[in-house]
Amino acid sequence: MDKTRKVKVKVEDLTIVFGKQKKQALKLLDEGFSKKEILEKTACTIGINKANFEIHEGEFFVIMGLSGSGKSTLLRCLNRLNEPTSGKVFVNDEDITGKNNKELLEVRRTEMSMVFQKFGLLPHHTVLSNAAFGLEIRGEDKESREAKAQKALDIVGLNGFEQQLPAQLSGGMQQRVGLARALANDPEVLLMDEAFSALDPLIKAEMQDQLLELQDTLQKTIVFITHDLDEAIKLGDRIVIMKDGVIEQIGTAEDILTNPASDYVKAFVEKVDRKAIITAGSLMFEKPTVVRFKKDGPEGALRKMRASGIDILPVVDLHDHFFGFVHINEVIQSAKRKEPTVEAIIHANVPTVSKEVTVEEMLPLISEVRSPIAVVNEHNRLLGIVTQTSLIIEATKYNEEEIIELKEQANNQ
Amino acid sequence: MNKVIDIGQYIAIAVNWLTDNLKPFFDLIKNTGNTSILGLEWLLIATPFFVMIALFTALAWWKSGKGVALTTFLGLTLIYLMGFWTETMETLALVLVATVTALLISVPLGIWAAKNKFAAKIIRPLLDLMQTMPAFVYLIPAVLFFSIGKVPGAFATIIFAMPPAVRLTTLGIDGVPKDIVEAARSFGATNRQILFKVELPLATKTILAGINQTILLSLSMVVIAGMIAAGGLGERVLEGINNLDIGLGFESGLSVVILAIILDRITQGFVNKK
Ligand SMILES: Nc1ncnc2c1ncn2[C@@H]1O[C@H](COP(=O)(O)OP(=O)(O)OP(=O)(O)O)[C@@H](O)[C@H]1O
Ligand SMILES: [Mg+2]
Repeated sequence: MDKTRKVKVKVEDLTIVFGKQKKQALKLLDEGFSKKEILEKTACTIGINKANFEIHEGEFFVIMGLSGSGKSTLLRCLNRLNEPTSGKVFVNDEDITGKNNKELLEVRRTEMSMVFQKFGLLPHHTVLSNAAFGLEIRGEDKESREAKAQKALDIVGLNGFEQQLPAQLSGGMQQRVGLARALANDPEVLLMDEAFSALDPLIKAEMQDQLLELQDTLQKTIVFITHDLDEAIKLGDRIVIMKDGVIEQIGTAEDILTNPASDYVKAFVEKVDRKAIITAGSLMFEKPTVVRFKKDGPEGALRKMRASGIDILPVVDLHDHFFGFVHINEVIQSAKRKEPTVEAIIHANVPTVSKEVTVEEMLPLISEVRSPIAVVNEHNRLLGIVTQTSLIIEATKYNEEEIIELKEQANNQ
Repeated sequence: MNKVIDIGQYIAIAVNWLTDNLKPFFDLIKNTGNTSILGLEWLLIATPFFVMIALFTALAWWKSGKGVALTTFLGLTLIYLMGFWTETMETLALVLVATVTALLISVPLGIWAAKNKFAAKIIRPLLDLMQTMPAFVYLIPAVLFFSIGKVPGAFATIIFAMPPAVRLTTLGIDGVPKDIVEAARSFGATNRQILFKVELPLATKTILAGINQTILLSLSMVVIAGMIAAGGLGERVLEGINNLDIGLGFESGLSVVILAIILDRITQGFVNKK
């Protein structure tokens, strides 16, 4: 995540207790009692237990966790649909928890809009009027609110459905109305509580793509709840994983997959298709042995190969610009010919990838030649190399059948 | 067995205290009530019967279709031909005033009970009491407060007819999907906006069903109120009973039934249109 971006939402020591004996429950919580024990002792449920995090402007922030882990509660604190029992929530550096009723309504009307799992549309209103609902609440006149609602409907692709009633639309389209209603208010923050969970998989994927596209152009800050890990990984810049009201881990999908903070997180992420998440950046072998062009002739290259035991080495200049690879047998020939540089034997026509490329995307690069894949930055400077072996292992996670399949694929090239 | 607890005595004391101390208040209600009932009565009777029949038939057609329109037309014509037109209009006036008043009280009460658990705890048993208490009993305080006539008749009717409207209003508002209310709240709606833009529109159908019940209960009570000189069809029914005049009893009773069917079908039409 881009650390230079402004902090949009900040949550500090946020705790929410449901029930009558809130004080008692807070005290027990401080003394280290578990959610279950507190429930038995005070009949209070701990919704959120001392949450701390920041969400940056334009970030896609995903909240995950099992049912009852406090995802909705956490989200609903951001606009105080749930009242924090203790702790603070800042939006644009303003403390939401300290606001009076009127100021709070203003925040809900202008700064944040919500999208719901069950859409929450008014059945007796047309699509257009539903999309304009937030503006109507805000007190805008009919003409201006319908113009804005129309624009929002155009954005989500519902042009032509303005006069229909929600019940006449499919689930996916109804949720588009929900999204349009949120967008019509032009809020800075979108809160989405399992917005796509009720949709069938194809529609869901379509909506996800659309949301990402929207995010790209409109640059909203989005807080998105899901219990679908694939969805979280696809959408989220960062993911927070919750358990029993406690934040277990916050990080990028890759952080969480590669360094799960607890067994719970590990169990949670085990089922994922790692191929689609693990990137060249995390798989690569950093600071590999390199042949320095001009500085190292064939003799130098040969010495480095012997020392490292690797028979294919990348060639770079003094500033790490990547040229290609040299192979040991050709280096030996070149040395015999007493050539001054390795220029003549560089395999320059090899694929390079950037750090963000996933394992899945690198699989087609596997070839018979067994040449490693160079990972370079935008100035073509070598950052590291991914060997074919590590790529295959990562892609298959030791699944025999898949390895054989990949080998065959490579041999047929 | 001897009376050990004398609740009746306390009720009597309370009612007497009310009549003694709140006389000006009751007089005010009585005057306003009389004016509106008599005014409406005058209007209904002064309008030529064929105009009334045409109006009702048109309303029935508009809201409930051809069949109900035909029933309405035939029913009202029959009432006219039997010679009960004036009494029927008197009864209708009383029913309308009682229903409107009952709704003015019961819909807000129903909303309150839906919003406030404490209010619901008080209102619910009160409604149970009001609905199961024999209807005749209401005539007693009505007479004590207002003596005899149309206003005490309306008073007893209002009390008797209110409960279903209260209950169904509460039911309707409780039945509004929570996620829709939540959505409205998340967009910064005030409680007032939630009530008027979300809850009441979505509860309309249920509330209308309650209104339909109230109208029918009003009609049945208005007949009983004939016993305290509330006028209209009720008094003719009573006359039939007192004189053991089966013809009069049947004809006036039939007029009540016809009026009930017409009012029911037309209000049903409103419910179903929603
Ligand atoms: N209004 C409430 N009163 C009492 N307890 C509540 C309330 N709302 C939530 N809880 C409790 O707080 C905990 C967290 O609930 P929450 O709805 O945030 O979970 P969730 O992660 O969103 O679950 P799901 O995936 O099922 O939506 C649960 O134990 C729940 O029972
Ligand atoms: Mg939830």
